[in-house]
Amino acid sequence: MNTQTSNMEMIDFTKLREEFPILTRRISGEPIAYFDNAATSQKPLSVIKAISEYYENINSNVHRGIHTLSEEATEAYENSREKARKFINAQSAGEIVFVKGTTDGINLVASSFGNKTVGEGDEVIISEMEHHSNLVPWQNLCERKNATLKYIPVNDKGELMIDEFKSMVNEKTKLISVVYVSNSLGTINPVSEIIETAHSFNVPVVLDAAQAAPHMKIDVQKLDCDFLAFSGHKMYGPTGIGILYGKEKHLESMPPYQYGGEMIKSVSYDKTVFNVLPYKFEAGTPNIAGAIVLGTAVDFIERLSHENIHNREMDLLSYADNLFDEIGDIRIIGTAENKTSLISFIINGIHPYDTGSILDNLGIAVRTGFHCTQPLIEQRFRLPGTVRASFAFYNTFEEIDRLAAGLSKVKSMLL
Amino acid sequence: MTETKTITQKEDQIVDDFSLFDDWMSKYEYIIELGKKLPLIDENYKNELYEVKGCQSKVWLNAEMKDGLLYYKADSDAIITKGIISLLIEVLSGNKPEEIKNAEMDFLNKIGLKEHLSPNRANGLNAMINKMKNFAIKYSGENVN
Ligand SMILES: Cc1ncc(COP(=O)(O)O)c(C=O)c1O
Repeated sequence: MNTQTSNMEMIDFTKLREEFPILTRRISGEPIAYFDNAATSQKPLSVIKAISEYYENINSNVHRGIHTLSEEATEAYENSREKARKFINAQSAGEIVFVKGTTDGINLVASSFGNKTVGEGDEVIISEMEHHSNLVPWQNLCERKNATLKYIPVNDKGELMIDEFKSMVNEKTKLISVVYVSNSLGTINPVSEIIETAHSFNVPVVLDAAQAAPHMKIDVQKLDCDFLAFSGHKMYGPTGIGILYGKEKHLESMPPYQYGGEMIKSVSYDKTVFNVLPYKFEAGTPNIAGAIVLGTAVDFIERLSHENIHNREMDLLSYADNLFDEIGDIRIIGTAENKTSLISFIINGIHPYDTGSILDNLGIAVRTGFHCTQPLIEQRFRLPGTVRASFAFYNTFEEIDRLAAGLSKVKSMLL
Repeated sequence: MTETKTITQKEDQIVDDFSLFDDWMSKYEYIIELGKKLPLIDENYKNELYEVKGCQSKVWLNAEMKDGLLYYKADSDAIITKGIISLLIEVLSGNKPEEIKNAEMDFLNKIGLKEHLSPNRANGLNAMINKMKNFAIKYSGENVN
């Protein structure tokens, strides 16, 4: 099949693939076909090299020394923050907090902002499709505060039921946190509409953008979200680093999340004056290498452009959708009009675990199970799990052919 | 009736059977066949009490003593898991609790199953073995009490 030349003349995806060394590995004797990109993406050479480059050349602590190395490290660290600011079009660098990842960012908001904003009898709204990292922190907050956690329902196509949502918001609502793009369904949620409704009740909105960042352009000013979190490792960057964006007025009003070095302006035995934004939220020596290399990952995405990434991934998705259709007996969970490049599915009558095991033997990496959205899969869709194939631009049509052949094989072995 | 084989004899038999296959796909096919043939567990046992924790697929396991020997029954909602359970039952079922308690289960390495399972699944396998051994521990104390 030669669909390799799509509508993008500019980018040679076969060539680009060579920038990802791991994709030449063999698993079970076969070249790896990596379809677990929603769990974590693979890393291009620029990112891999930037990590050793940091340790080989400028490793030293930031914001501390007067010596050259420390200044260089600080400059690189702050440059990267500036890249992240531009990446999501935040107003100022003070609104960009380096965190460990999405989970860390959401926990920061729940602990600091949530703690101060939500009280007894109040309500917090999330959705039925949240990742555990955007569910458990709120469940815990509501338990501590005797507040109520409400869930925006999901329809059979895997879309949020927005009309229901609109009737859920009221004076008791203190916070709304929703996933921008679902990691287990692929659904792109109408977050602008949610934010507009929320703001008409003066309710702040947190967005879990873990799955949005690698696939689409994020513009926090246009969205007008109050907080937004994403992880570096899902957007071709390193693990252990992510960004929490918060509107300045919120971040200013929030107490620190952790206390220690870096986050202070001055300390005496009696009193501490906290540092300015964003340092107030960056206690301790940060993940300097991770933060700097997150900037390299941003550069990489911008070199390709979100538009090219999007077009390529949509080509892969529709190609896979067609093949899945031909195989038959496949039920796709998450058939929203507006979705990213992943297919969550089960082969009728076959446990996802069986499908995943056999695919693994064919060198095909998919994820099986709940995808950290156990209530969605188990309670909402009443399934023992799904198989999820999530595509990145470096996947090829041949790999998807192999996936389809693998699924036919699974059917013939198990049905 | 054939007399009961020792655990080691049964392990050796399985290692022999698996040596006939030269790739993992055929081993899987064999395991799937075993899974399909595993006698069903009574629906009554498909509850929390009998569930093995640590498996991505659901597994239920029960054991009963008969004439001093321990017999297992189990089920799973995934067929490969069922096949693997079937191997474990084949090896352990119908032996004395003392023997089961001390079984090394080395055949799992010899047939390459362990190395072929992701850590996630290997955990599930260990959880199954532990649960089976726990039954043996429970019943080996029985005569004493
Ligand atoms: C939608 C979504 N939210 C949150 C997370 C958590 O991200 P992390 O594990 O990087 O903190 C993930 C990924 O695991 C995700 O897919």
